Order: sequence, then C-alpha cells, then structure tokens
Amino acid sequence: MPATSLYARRRITNALAMGLGTAATVLGLFFLVWILWLTLLRGIGALRGSLFTRITAYGPDGGLANAIAGSLMMDLIALAICTPIGVMAGMWLAEYARLTRLGTVIRFLNDILLSAPSIVLGLFVYMIIVLPMSDLTDGAVSFSGLAGGVALALIGLPVIVRTTDEMLQLVPATLREAALSLGVPQWKLTVQLLLRAASSGIVTGVLLALARLAGETAPLLFTAFGNNFMTAHPLDKMASVPVAIYQYTNDPDPALHAIAWAGALLITLFVLALSLLTRLFLSRKKANHG
Amino acid sequence: MSSIPATIDTLDTGRRSRLDARHDRIFRGVLRFCALLVLAALLGAALSTLWGGREILFGQGLHFLTSTAWNPVEDDYGALAPVFGTLVTSLVAIVLAVPVSFGVAMFLTEIAPNWLRAPASTAVELLAAIPSIIYGMWGLFVFVPFMARIEPALTDTLGRIPLLGKLFQGPPLGLGLLTAGIVLAVMILPFITSVMREVFLTVPTRLKESAYALGSTRWEVLWDIVLPYTRSAVIGGIILGLGRALGETMAVTFVLGNSYNITSSLLMPGTSISSSIANEFNEAVGLHRSALVALGFLLFVVTFIVLLIARLMLRQLARREGR
Repeated sequence: MPATSLYARRRITNALAMGLGTAATVLGLFFLVWILWLTLLRGIGALRGSLFTRITAYGPDGGLANAIAGSLMMDLIALAICTPIGVMAGMWLAEYARLTRLGTVIRFLNDILLSAPSIVLGLFVYMIIVLPMSDLTDGAVSFSGLAGGVALALIGLPVIVRTTDEMLQLVPATLREAALSLGVPQWKLTVQLLLRAASSGIVTGVLLALARLAGETAPLLFTAFGNNFMTAHPLDKMASVPVAIYQYTNDPDPALHAIAWAGALLITLFVLALSLLTRLFLSRKKANHG
Repeated sequence: MSSIPATIDTLDTGRRSRLDARHDRIFRGVLRFCALLVLAALLGAALSTLWGGREILFGQGLHFLTSTAWNPVEDDYGALAPVFGTLVTSLVAIVLAVPVSFGVAMFLTEIAPNWLRAPASTAVELLAAIPSIIYGMWGLFVFVPFMARIEPALTDTLGRIPLLGKLFQGPPLGLGLLTAGIVLAVMILPFITSVMREVFLTVPTRLKESAYALGSTRWEVLWDIVLPYTRSAVIGGIILGLGRALGETMAVTFVLGNSYNITSSLLMPGTSISSSIANEFNEAVGLHRSALVALGFLLFVVTFIVLLIARLMLRQLARREGR
C-alpha cells in the first residue's frame, strides 16, 4: 500500500503543478490581453482625421500632428546617430576584439546599458547638452529636438551594437580566410564583404532599436521637453507622441484622455509592427542558412 | 614570357601594402573609438549625475541619504522616501511576477501542445515590446478604479492577519505602492518569462529523457532536472527583471500617488526615485534640482550593481554551454 500512495502523491503533485502552470499562463495572458484590447478599443474610438492634421495647441479640439512629426524627426536623428556608431562598435567587437579582455568588458557593459534606467540617460543628456547649450546661448536654446534625438540614440545604441556583433560572429570564418589569403586588406574585407554578408541581420538590429526607442518617454521629458506647435528646427523644443500622451494623461480633461489613447494606439501599432517585421526578417534569414 | 615587368609590380605592391596597413590602422582606430563610446555613455551617465548632484551629495551627504524630509519650500531634501518607494514597488513586482513567469515558462516549454509553443512564445516576446507608458495609462485609467473597489475587501480579509495585515491598512484610494507594484509586475512578466523560457530550452534533451525513462513526472523533471541545471541563469533573469522594475518610470508615475511618506501599508500612496524625477525635474531649481539629479545618481548606481549581478549569473550558464 505505501507504494501506491507514493505514486498517487506524485501524480497529484504533478497534476497540481501542471494545473498551476496553465493557470499562471491564463492569468498572465489575461492581463496582457486586457491592456492590449483596451488600448485598441479606446484608441480606435478616438481615431479621427484631425489627429494627423491638427496640432496639440488646439487642446481638446486638436490632434497630434506636431507630436507625430516631432517623434518621426527625433527617431530619425537618433537612428542617424546610433546606427553608424553602433554598427562600427559591433564590427570592432566581432572582428578585432572577439576574445580580448577589453572586448569582453565592453560587450558586458553594453548589455548593462541595454537595460539601464532610461530616465537617468535623459538626465545625462540634460547635463551634457541642454545645460551647456543654454549657457552658451544665454538661454536662447535650451531643450531641443537634437538633445531628444541624442537621448533616444543612447537607448538604441546598445541594441545595434549587440545585434551587429552577434550577426558578424555568425559569418563563417572561411569567408574571412578566403579574402585575407587573396591579400584583401582587413578594412575592405569588413566593409565590403562581412557587412554585406550580415546586412539583413544588421537591418534587423536597426529596426529593433527603432522599436525600442520609439516608445520611450522618460528620456525625452528633460531633453526635447515638448512643444504645442509644429517645428522642424532641431534646436527648438520639440513635441513627441509619448510625451504628449504623458501630458494628456496627467490632465483632468477626458477629451485629452481620448487623444492620449489614440496616440497610445499609434505607438503600440508602430512598435508591434516593427517587432513583427524583425521576426520575419530573422526567420527568413534562418531559413536561408538552413 | 620573361617580358613581364616584375620589378615595377613589386614596387607598386610594396607601396600598396604600406597604404593598406595605414588604412587598416585608421579603420581599426575609428571602430575602437566607437566601441569605447559605449563605455563613455555609462561612465558619463554616472559622472554627470554625480556632478549635477554634487551640491547635495557632498554638501549634506549623510543627511540627504538618511532623511525622510522632502520639502521644496524649506529646501530640505532626503532620499529615504523615494528610495523606499522604489524598493517596495520593485519587491512587490518581483514577488508577484516570478511565480507567474515560472508558470508561464513551464507551460511554454513543457505543458503546451507543440503547435501552440511557437506562437505563444512569439506573443510573449511581442508583449515585452509594448512601451511602458501604455502600462502606465492602463494602470491609471482602468486598474486604479478597479483596485479602489477591491481594496476594502483586501483590508477586511488579508488585513485581519496579524503582522502581515499591517501591509493592507488604509483608505481605498486605488493609487499606491501595491497598485504600482502590480502594474510593474505585469510589465516585467514578459521579460522574465522569455529569459526563463530560453534557458529552459538549453537543457540537453538527453538529460530530460533519461529522467522520463526512469519514470519521473513532468513536474519532477522540471523541478529536479531543469531547474537545478539552469539555476544561475534563472536567478539572473529574475534579477534582470528587478533591474527593469527599479529603473522604470512611466509605468509607475501615474499610479503611485506622488506623496513623500514611508508607511507600513502597501495601500498608501508613495513615490519612487524615477517618478519624483519625472514629476518635479522641469519645475525644480537650485538645491531641489540638485537633489533630484542626486537621486538619479543613486538609481543609476543601484541598477548598475543589480544588472551587473544579473549578467554575471546569466553568463555562467552560457559558459557551461561552451558559448
């Protein structure tokens, strides 16, 4: 009899654990579907044409045109800064410092930068760009789209460094050996052969970085600040969709909450579409390589 | 055949290889400079916040670190209340998120039918990409009213338990440390789950099959084989989630209630380092601003240490695999 009861106990423990695991999944998915569904519902309810044509200066009767333009502009500035730096840093890690101590340290620190608190990166850019600019111009230029772009670049940089490094490490060593044995200098090998071989992976990294920095709010609060009017000048204060959402959510006016939900929907769709696109890119690459 | 001008060629290649060597050196230097920028970014963030907070950190260091005051009118600042809020909300988040993440990771690797595993895993990873401000909005507009309704019930049930009950006293505001902790837990759930799922998949099939062949149940395989094999990486993933929770701003700012107090009850409003900075920085001047930047420095140092530990633990598994 003790043997059967032992079996029964083990079976019950197992059934209990499997049941709890399934319940945990249902619970977790419930919350996440709740959040997504709500964003979709309230966002679609608030979608209208004026969202894209009117600026935030009109308040409840306005839209997010200046915020959308500002976000696009700062995202572009950020990518323009972090893509070349990130790709080159990744190339150095993969091609010149794969096993060196400095390479290991930088790779490690890059992973830490990847999850560093973004609000502190915002403070950092405030200290090194916004304050000095303000001192230099006697306050004429302080918060700016450029500073916002730099802050976002700090968010995107570690993503690009990491993917470039990983993708270049996947390129077979025989390619390098073949090129070097023909007398190709290493810089030419890296730029013209390896970069091309890993190009789809590097594009994936850039898209991933964009998906991460496009939704960031905290680093923009003290760098780009926000602006109720349309501007294309990178040294002006600049509006962005996340910061507009933040301000409208803090406002008691329900009409502004509706616009905030519409903005939330736009950002969520943008980020999810980018993430899906990168997955497609990656799975196709995997298929190509067998 | 002997008419090929070999000498000229040699001269030319000599010049060319010298040129190539120079280009290689320049190229290498530029790349190295870019890689060092990563280092500079981290170092710069630490040093610039230290510099910006120097007035308060060096001026009244000990008082700042141990005082609970936060009074912009009298220019008296202490870090204790925001530090308390940051730690408590992150702790609540971890306590709630870890068992659920473990269950989800278990479901995705061991329980779910094969056809469901890939799409469900993709869904979890997509959810990790949702911007944190969306969690904050949901928290404020939907979850806070919901919590305000169930908090009296919490006070009546959990609040009656001796000792533990102290955590659940107070007016049912909806806002507060518990709400912020739950929102954070939902936010870090996909992060921790995807790390756990990935490390569970690294366990050699041979090991698991051996255990099954000996008659182990799925739970026994998971608890006695998979978990011991991946222990350091699982803990690393949890600490990584803790790092996220500590530094998170937007998910908690709306729902914390922004009040500087230290209470024994989770239902009371509080503040955190990141939400104090987000709420007050643009209006702050002088010592107030210095105090906020100093808080930023504290946050950076703490998350840096936490993330360092997380990465070191994650690396242990990778090393064992020979990666």
